Amino acid sequence: MVETLQNLSSGFATALSPAVLLYAFVGCVVGTLVGLLPGVGPLAGISLLLPATFGLSATNAIVLLAGIYYGAMYGGSTTSILMRIPGEAASVMTCIDGYAMTQKGRAGAALALSAVGSYVAGTVSVVGLMLLAPPLAEFALRFGPPENFALLVLGLLVLAYMSGGSMAKALAMAALGLLLGMVGIDTMSGFFRFHYGIVELGDGIGVVPTAVGLFGISEILLSAGKTTKTEIRTPRLRELMPSREEWRDSRGAIARGTVLGFLIGIIPGPGHVISSFVSYALERRLSKHPERFGHGAVEGVAGPEAANNSATSGAFVPMLALGLPSGAIPAIMLAAMMIHGISPGPLLIQQQPQLFWGFIASMYVGNVVLLILNLPFVGIFVNLLRIPYSFLYPSILAFATLGVYAVNNSVVDVWIMAATGLLGYVLRKFDFEIAPIVLGLVLAPMMELSFRQSLAMSAGHYGIFVTRPIAAVMLGIGLVLLLLGLRPFFAGAWGGRAANDRAPAPRQQEEESRR
Amino acid sequence: VLLALTLLVCSLAVIASGASGQRVAELPWTEGRHAVAILGTCVFMALALERFGYRLTIFVALLGLLVLLERKRWFVAAGFALGFALATFYLFNTLLRVPLPLGPFRF
Repeated sequence: MVETLQNLSSGFATALSPAVLLYAFVGCVVGTLVGLLPGVGPLAGISLLLPATFGLSATNAIVLLAGIYYGAMYGGSTTSILMRIPGEAASVMTCIDGYAMTQKGRAGAALALSAVGSYVAGTVSVVGLMLLAPPLAEFALRFGPPENFALLVLGLLVLAYMSGGSMAKALAMAALGLLLGMVGIDTMSGFFRFHYGIVELGDGIGVVPTAVGLFGISEILLSAGKTTKTEIRTPRLRELMPSREEWRDSRGAIARGTVLGFLIGIIPGPGHVISSFVSYALERRLSKHPERFGHGAVEGVAGPEAANNSATSGAFVPMLALGLPSGAIPAIMLAAMMIHGISPGPLLIQQQPQLFWGFIASMYVGNVVLLILNLPFVGIFVNLLRIPYSFLYPSILAFATLGVYAVNNSVVDVWIMAATGLLGYVLRKFDFEIAPIVLGLVLAPMMELSFRQSLAMSAGHYGIFVTRPIAAVMLGIGLVLLLLGLRPFFAGAWGGRAANDRAPAPRQQEEESRR
Repeated sequence: VLLALTLLVCSLAVIASGASGQRVAELPWTEGRHAVAILGTCVFMALALERFGYRLTIFVALLGLLVLLERKRWFVAAGFALGFALATFYLFNTLLRVPLPLGPFRF
């Protein structure tokens, strides 16, 4: 414990240095904007801004990107409460009671409780991250190649299981991502694979153009041409103070949302979205007056907001401790670390203590910055929504092209962006989850390396994955999830058309958030 | 081979369960015209970026989208496109030292 506090104080020394402080602030501002503007989710925002971090140090880059991630969670709630427009999918639940509070003239209180809930959850969950990540990384140091391979397989299966839609579709997308990750020079033999005469593919298909195309361009393609005119209301500063009753009602919801969000965030999948839905359902179930939900219940605002912020910290646990991204956003951040020459994995905390503890401390600082940004300055941010989308999307398109080109100074990356943009657009039209493609692409080199190292250890016998206990347990859990996930398919094949009954929740959320 | 087989099996499972899903013809494609134009702009930018330089390419791309697709007045669109192209070039190329392609006449 003493060691943790010492490490944290050295982390604060890093986080409070002017440069890191500046990038944390910039990340929080950009994140708030990304959360506010419908059609630019945190994933697209981080993908688009990733190339801008190449000139920065690894610590500054990660602090900036993390600021965008958790800043978007704060920003998303503002438009949900004031205008019933969720800036991103995790804020869908906040719309229900948040907007109802606005209609009752309690917009200021809803914003304040949402910001305070987000702040408390963000800060407390960082404590969880700080205490959980180092021992988990120490445990993972016992892992050899077979365990690493099994862990990566399990991560992909959990993501596919949690994705909400058809598991077969999610697995197909993960396999597609892994196949795309096979392009380029084989690290073990030096053989140049699947290049089709394009020399620029030697380093493989880039994560940045793929992520920008799949998330950024496809989002523009889906939302372009839609015009929405909304009334913008900005509460006055003195209206921000919640009543004593509202404080009392929201306390428990914030505490429960924090714990729930952190635990759900650790599990691979869209934790920040799922946690807000689960928190809302839990608060409604626990409430003595469930009939108030939908008509301006403060618990329905404070709980989900705390949960989605807490989940962002939870998502960093497997990423920092194991090098396993729990979703597309941590996957892109992992790619950013690799671009800066940092090898993710259990050794990260030991080898890069300045980055790890500086990052942790910057999250404490970032949460304070966001609390300040999202309460007194809420009016300024909301006014940005007056920018017409007809000017916004061409700017995003041009900025994406600039960013993607700047990675390698290569037009091939711009072509990849355009192609994956089209792919993402078509796939999203047909209800496919696209996050597993990016996750597969990021994990493919690590997965292939650990798979081949394992086979080299066992002289080509696949039995090594089931004879080593940790690997066998992880693969066993993965198999159970696979069978559970494919159960509706078998039920449909054998017992009529019961298949595909799993709710297409993410699609509905996306549709709502685009509206 | 393992990955290709996984993809094949999953694809067959998607096809098998697809009969109960929504038909392609029933999907709304209202944004189709915009989508084609935006993808066309992406293709133009990929072809023109190193031939005509960053500023000229971005100017033409933005002008095309704003005038032809969004029906903005040409002088508003031209002002916005020119301002965006010059400002981002100055920010990235000059201040942040990100090398961006220069076209003919080093523009």
